[in-house]
Amino acid sequence: MSTVRPSARGQPRLGRFIEQHLHTLMILPAALALLLIIAFPLAYSLWMAVHEYSMGATTPPLFVGAANYLELLRNQRFQETVPRTFYFTLLGVAGPVLIGTLGALAFTRTFPGRGILRTIFTLPMMATPVSIALIWQMMFHPQLGVLNYLLSLVGIPPQKWVFASTSVIPTLSLVETWQWTPFVMLIVLGGLASLPEEPFEAARIDGASFLQSLCYITLPLLWPYIMVAIVLRSIDALKSFDIIYVITQGGPGTASETINIFLYLQAFAFYNIGLASAVVVVFFLIILAMSVALLLVRRRTSWQ
Amino acid sequence: MAVKPRKAFRVLLFALFVLLLLVPTLFFFFWMISLSIKPDADNLAYPPVFIPSGLTLKNYLSVFESSPFARYAMNSLIVAVGSTGLALLLGVPAAYGIARSARYGVGLFILVARMTPALSYLIPWFLLFQRLGLANTYLALILTHLIIGLPLIIWIMIGFFEDVHRDLEDAAVIDGCSRFGSFLRVAMPLTRPGIAVSGILAFIFSWNNFIFAVVLAGPRLQTLPVAIFNVLTFEQINWGPLAAAALLVTAPVLILAMMVQRHIITGLAAGGLKG
Repeated sequence: MSTVRPSARGQPRLGRFIEQHLHTLMILPAALALLLIIAFPLAYSLWMAVHEYSMGATTPPLFVGAANYLELLRNQRFQETVPRTFYFTLLGVAGPVLIGTLGALAFTRTFPGRGILRTIFTLPMMATPVSIALIWQMMFHPQLGVLNYLLSLVGIPPQKWVFASTSVIPTLSLVETWQWTPFVMLIVLGGLASLPEEPFEAARIDGASFLQSLCYITLPLLWPYIMVAIVLRSIDALKSFDIIYVITQGGPGTASETINIFLYLQAFAFYNIGLASAVVVVFFLIILAMSVALLLVRRRTSWQ
Repeated sequence: MAVKPRKAFRVLLFALFVLLLLVPTLFFFFWMISLSIKPDADNLAYPPVFIPSGLTLKNYLSVFESSPFARYAMNSLIVAVGSTGLALLLGVPAAYGIARSARYGVGLFILVARMTPALSYLIPWFLLFQRLGLANTYLALILTHLIIGLPLIIWIMIGFFEDVHRDLEDAAVIDGCSRFGSFLRVAMPLTRPGIAVSGILAFIFSWNNFIFAVVLAGPRLQTLPVAIFNVLTFEQINWGPLAAAALLVTAPVLILAMMVQRHIITGLAAGGLKG
């Protein structure tokens, strides 16, 4: 009997400790995992960015201060990637936001077949990017591709698509738009579902036309949601990788080399770890700025 | 009488608009399927062949004959199931803890995680895994794929747990249930749809992932996206087998996505707007 007591007393104490700190204890494993897989690599990159590191060397990495950053500043190839990345991002945000908002305005109505059509409309964002990219690559083929054939049907001369340095970025952003329009559509659709009824009732009674109520009521009320879509899309387009890498690998030449592709090539093709780590830090700062913008937008939308 | 044709015209205009929105998606998948079931001669013809001279499964057979496709599929499955399972195990309790204790600071951390390009993590991981001798193991891939699923699951589940009334759990505690017990027996069953949706989304994005395995997996451990990019594009100059492989890779996730379509909208809305 006496051997049972201590454990019986100990059990509730442990139990009480668990009860009291339950939430912390439940968060802890995931927090540690996130720390390990996210915070550690970022801290490590910060450290690597100020060191010279060569793959397979037996000597420890050498501290080189800001040398990697200075090299990055002087690196013309990198400098060209920055405006190119923003150009791609601009197109890769504008397309999905425009078409996605139109899509949401259509799918918010009830009509026969809406469910299945909406499902089909959202498939691109779930599809495997590599698979998609390979098929687009075939469709872009200048001689045998189906796109140039379709254009020829309406009298447009054949395009070079991803095979010319002037058209490669717009073409890639076309694929980006195709894939991510559903994402914007879903966000805006969620927004439309939460809009109040009253302003629309009032407008209808006052005899407002469809376009009038769209421009003066729907779009202003939707703006916070569209803004969230814009910021999320910007962040995702900035770091777009799969589609660009599979279709062009940064080519022709370096015409479609975005920051992310440059980073990949420096790290895993040239094993230029120090420089690549400096790119990671700079890239991270750019995206962090976007994240802060997102948080500000979110705070402003929290009126609801 | 004058009103009716106008209304019909409007309906027609709307139908046309919806059709226009769907054309790019419909045409893309039509063409993908078309390339995969047409004979080589049709695929290489110009003008492109819309009505094939004959249907063939040869392209699909050649995918399995020319590469260990089944093994790549197994790799993808192991990594996606492993990382999603682990992410659920860690993420669901954490989301509950965050929702109940209102410690949204963790949520901010997750947001930053979601924003950072995957490549940023890859260099340190690559070096670390090499040093630990974990390079080229399933474990390395599963751990890195956590970064896809874990933030997503926590993010979505916070929203679901917030919607579970505290009264229900308080009642369970009064009836003699422990706090953890009320999580297991009350909160978790009530949020089962959320767990399913977030788990499926994590699985889909892990299955689709290219960049982690392209760097971390050697020839034997390649997942499907890496395999079709690395192996098949070099061995198959023909479009037919490549299109068949591309379709085989993406078909499972498309079917999954269609099955849980309604919930995915809820899940993404919760994940994208609430958190």
